[in-house]
Amino acid sequence: MATLPALEKRPAVVADVPVTRPRQGFRKYWHLYAAISPFYLLFLCFGLIPVGFSLYLSFHRWDGLGSMEWAGLSQYRYLLSDSEFWSSIGTTIVIWALATFPMIFLAMVTAVMLNSAVRFKNLYRVAYFLPNVTSVVAIAIIFGSVFSTNFGLVNAFLQAIGFDQIAWLNTPWGIKIAIATLMTWQWTGYNAIIFLAGLQTVPSELYEAARMDGAGPVQTFFRITLPMMRPVLLFVLVVSTVTGLQSFSEPQVLLQNTSNDSTFSGGPGHAGRTMVLYFFQQTFDNNDFGYGAAVAWGIFLVVVLFSIINWRLVQRRGEE
Amino acid sequence: MASTQETRRAKGIDGSRRRGIGLHAALVLGVLLSAFPFYWAVIMSTHTSSEIFSYPPKLLPGTHFPENVRSLFDNIDFFGSMFNSLLVAGSVTFLVLFFDSLAAFVFAKFEFPGKRLLFVLLMFIFMVPAQLQAIPQFVIMAKLGWIGSMTALIVPAAANAFGIFWMRQYMKGAIHDELLDASRIDGANFLRQYWHVALPVVRPGLAFLGIFTFMGQWNDYAWPLIALTNPDNVTLQVALSQLNGTHGTTDYGMVMTGALLALVPLLIVFAIGARQMIGDLAKGAIK
Repeated sequence: MATLPALEKRPAVVADVPVTRPRQGFRKYWHLYAAISPFYLLFLCFGLIPVGFSLYLSFHRWDGLGSMEWAGLSQYRYLLSDSEFWSSIGTTIVIWALATFPMIFLAMVTAVMLNSAVRFKNLYRVAYFLPNVTSVVAIAIIFGSVFSTNFGLVNAFLQAIGFDQIAWLNTPWGIKIAIATLMTWQWTGYNAIIFLAGLQTVPSELYEAARMDGAGPVQTFFRITLPMMRPVLLFVLVVSTVTGLQSFSEPQVLLQNTSNDSTFSGGPGHAGRTMVLYFFQQTFDNNDFGYGAAVAWGIFLVVVLFSIINWRLVQRRGEE
Repeated sequence: MASTQETRRAKGIDGSRRRGIGLHAALVLGVLLSAFPFYWAVIMSTHTSSEIFSYPPKLLPGTHFPENVRSLFDNIDFFGSMFNSLLVAGSVTFLVLFFDSLAAFVFAKFEFPGKRLLFVLLMFIFMVPAQLQAIPQFVIMAKLGWIGSMTALIVPAAANAFGIFWMRQYMKGAIHDELLDASRIDGANFLRQYWHVALPVVRPGLAFLGIFTFMGQWNDYAWPLIALTNPDNVTLQVALSQLNGTHGTTDYGMVMTGALLALVPLLIVFAIGARQMIGDLAKGAIK
């Protein structure tokens, strides 16, 4: 995942730039346009045209080979009534919530601990960051075996303390918990490091003042640390929302051999079929490119809406 | 800095030592949880399937690693797909560093008509999700005849909005206008300024972007899965996924060996760049 830039940043035009008296016209600036052109050309070919084309596609029926057939709004009408799509939204949000809230909590606790532990801070940071740089495919394979019904470590542990085995990758909640655990494992350290950087920007005078006023550690955390951390928290929440709602590799690799009809089916009962998995299934398994495009726009809308809601929630809490 | 102050204060308080030990114990527990899946992969990759399926589970490494490696190499073209991954990740990293830093230099240090509009467009592009591009990209690639080849992975990734934005932020602070002025008075043209003035100063920023890009490309999975239609010519992540799909319920030891070996190049890159990476990671968030 990319570190998104701070959201409140505005693309400002700098005033103090080394330009001589501006001569008019393209000839003066051609080298500057040339220097930025590769990105815009690539974007045009593989970004803008595709996005436009996918909008066009979503009003058609097309299997990718034959001729396109005008479909009007029927793909979207079908999308709205498609219970499988709605249930994939639900699945995605449940997995997102199961992963994100424990992750933010654990990351915050870890960051606060790291902030007060003076020795080995760098060593800890490297160790905590490690899960984030490993490939999702390898990790999903490894987690698949940790949650395996017959020989998985989780079940061996449950058995050892006298509980029944759980068919983790074969039950609706087991699947969601396994996926969420994987995501939490992979992203907690990353976010802890971001939180830590945020904690280090809190002026120590504030803590000093709180201590003078007799505030305990818990009070200090809720009255000083948390409010000061709001921008960072917002950043982490929005990034987690945008990436978490588009999860694909984790459920795909984890569940690809639990079902034999499609590698994008999301496991038994489609319990792990996220929105993006559903998109892949419709598009590349069913070769329904027109409907796939409509699903993609649906996903886009859900992600945007959900990000705005999250943003509003965190912002409003700040105004109180 | 505040940390030395904190130490001094902490040392003065009774019981702070015990609290320090508790703190480190909790942190070490976290480290163990972070590291555990890797250890588990080591255990699994050193046992035969029958050992893995037995109860109680093995908690110490076994002795069958060489056999698992041999059967891994029999089942997938491990080095061929690793070469593909290196080719893709290496080329993309090189191209991204060049194109992004060049564009970022322009956005950070020069004025020209339309700059603001182009930059807003750049930020907007940032937000466009991959699924919206997936189908048309696939269609375009098919028309170009790139489906099934590594070109389909390299070309669209050769420049990106994140890198340009990130490098621009970095360059604004790092490259001083006086330096540029001086070099221009000395008669340096735009490309010379870029190469001799800008690049040497922003080397740490380039290192971060390079590591970040390399790792992202190395781990990329969804698009390669779709675009690489020839199962014998894929990247390592896709090969691993195939391995898991076909052998994942029967030969865990071998599949796990693959997962483990695929992490090695990544861990090497991380070991080299960890400090840089972690130091710069949070910059975008706290600015």
